[in-house]
Amino acid sequence: MPASLSAEHISHTFRTPAGTVPALRDVTFTVEAGRLACVVGPSGCGKSTLLRVLAGLLKPDAGRVLLNGAPVEGPNHQIGIVFQKANLMPWRTVMQNLTLPLELDGVPAEKRRARAEALIDLVGLGGFTDAYPGELSGGMAQRVAMARALIYAPEVLLLDEPFGALDAMTRERLGVELLRIWEAERRTVVMVTHSIAEALFLGDHVMVMGQRPGHIVRWLDVPLPRPRSLDVIHSPAFGQLSAQVRAAIEA
Amino acid sequence: MTAIGRRCLAAPCRLWVYSPAPSVFGNRAGFLLMAEQTIVRQFVRADATPHAGRDRLRWARWAVSPLLAVALLLAWHAVTASGAVKPFIIPPPAAVFDALGAALANGSLLYHAQVTLGEVLIGLALGLTTAVSLGYLLAKAPLVERLLAPYIVGLQAVPIVAIAPLFIIWFGSGAPSKVITCALIVFFPMLINTVVGVRQVEPDLRDLMASLDATRWQTFRLLEVPAAMPVLLGGLKVSATLSVIGAVVGEFVGASAGLGFLINLARSTYDTPLVFVAVFTLTIMALSLYGLVDWLEKRLLSWQQRRS
Repeated sequence: MPASLSAEHISHTFRTPAGTVPALRDVTFTVEAGRLACVVGPSGCGKSTLLRVLAGLLKPDAGRVLLNGAPVEGPNHQIGIVFQKANLMPWRTVMQNLTLPLELDGVPAEKRRARAEALIDLVGLGGFTDAYPGELSGGMAQRVAMARALIYAPEVLLLDEPFGALDAMTRERLGVELLRIWEAERRTVVMVTHSIAEALFLGDHVMVMGQRPGHIVRWLDVPLPRPRSLDVIHSPAFGQLSAQVRAAIEA
Repeated sequence: MTAIGRRCLAAPCRLWVYSPAPSVFGNRAGFLLMAEQTIVRQFVRADATPHAGRDRLRWARWAVSPLLAVALLLAWHAVTASGAVKPFIIPPPAAVFDALGAALANGSLLYHAQVTLGEVLIGLALGLTTAVSLGYLLAKAPLVERLLAPYIVGLQAVPIVAIAPLFIIWFGSGAPSKVITCALIVFFPMLINTVVGVRQVEPDLRDLMASLDATRWQTFRLLEVPAAMPVLLGGLKVSATLSVIGAVVGEFVGASAGLGFLINLARSTYDTPLVFVAVFTLTIMALSLYGLVDWLEKRLLSWQQRRS
């Protein structure tokens, strides 16, 4: 059951011994329930900081995050997050990594397994449940991370450049997979990426962020019809949207 | 050149890739055997893919060591039989076996070995618990570390042999003084490895645990302990062998029982074969402890062996 996710006037400044670094300034937006929004922008523009704020991992200096209208106070089960690195524990098997969130919650072993079984096919991990992360490719590891984030059946999924560390071909394939998973289990998704094509291919909305402190430069709706296949990348509409996003980034 | 020979030449560059998490002390422990075993294991791991080669290596691993032992024994016999060395300097193997038989028959060897083993085990337990708990504290509280580090390093800088007599004065010539010596010698490597192990837990995994709203206890049990385990076991390997040294040092300084005491006693009567027996028993004791940790490591870190 998806929920809407809003950011209201979020500002944040990091204080380090070397000085203060303004990271976010007055970021406000709403992603409607069941929509997929992509955040693009130059590196160091505060995209990841924004995602950490949305996840409740970082308390902003000002502003608040609302999940279906209720403020998010800290990490919680309605929000799942996938980092750029798969962040798997090398001493746990795929199955054990996948069910870690449920284990932390004290869910009994059989229930954990049952929930995991349902996800393993969805993310395409069949036959790998007893493998250790050291035996997986980067793409497979990221699938495990995705499944782990989905295991609570969260209402919102936050993705922080989940394909950033993968090669171009794996990246493309996982993008298509992500769409398939999202269409099978609709939930609200916010994904940070630095690929304009990826953002347009996946997103209902593309949010362009500008540098220091991070702020919203442009909010773009992507009217491309769904379900989308990779062919859409070659359509004229895609080219125009792509030019608009690039212009917004370079502005 | 044989296939094994070629592999040996090819190995060094790959050892680094496959070596487990570095242990501060494990790599310069100075125990020839420890280094040898570690290298053999990494070597086997490095060549995990071609099956035939792996089997041959396994065969080499099990056969070479016993063969070397037999060769050494023969050489030892040859040297003593030639008459070049006087028997009270190096006794012939047969005399050592006789001494072993006698010491086993009258129960003295078992008695002294038991005393030493008891001191070693209690000393290990004491040293390890204090080192691991203090190490964890230091790893989590950098301020405490900054305050205590000079004193801890200072403690380590005091030669253990030099302060062992003090322990006799303080704690008497019974078991407690040996237990303390043993605990002290075991303490430092384990402390360092605990600090390193806990510090090197990946920040990203800590982030993950935070995002999953894990409690402190859960983070400790499910993240910190398993993540630090390879380094902890490295420290334990060094500590296990050092612990025997600790107990013997204590016994040398003043004792009325134990293998160190037995060596002193035998030396004073020029009973060299008995000294040999005691030394071998100590070596076997240290090796068994090492083997125990090695076995534990294989069980606990089986995931490290499985890499694509």
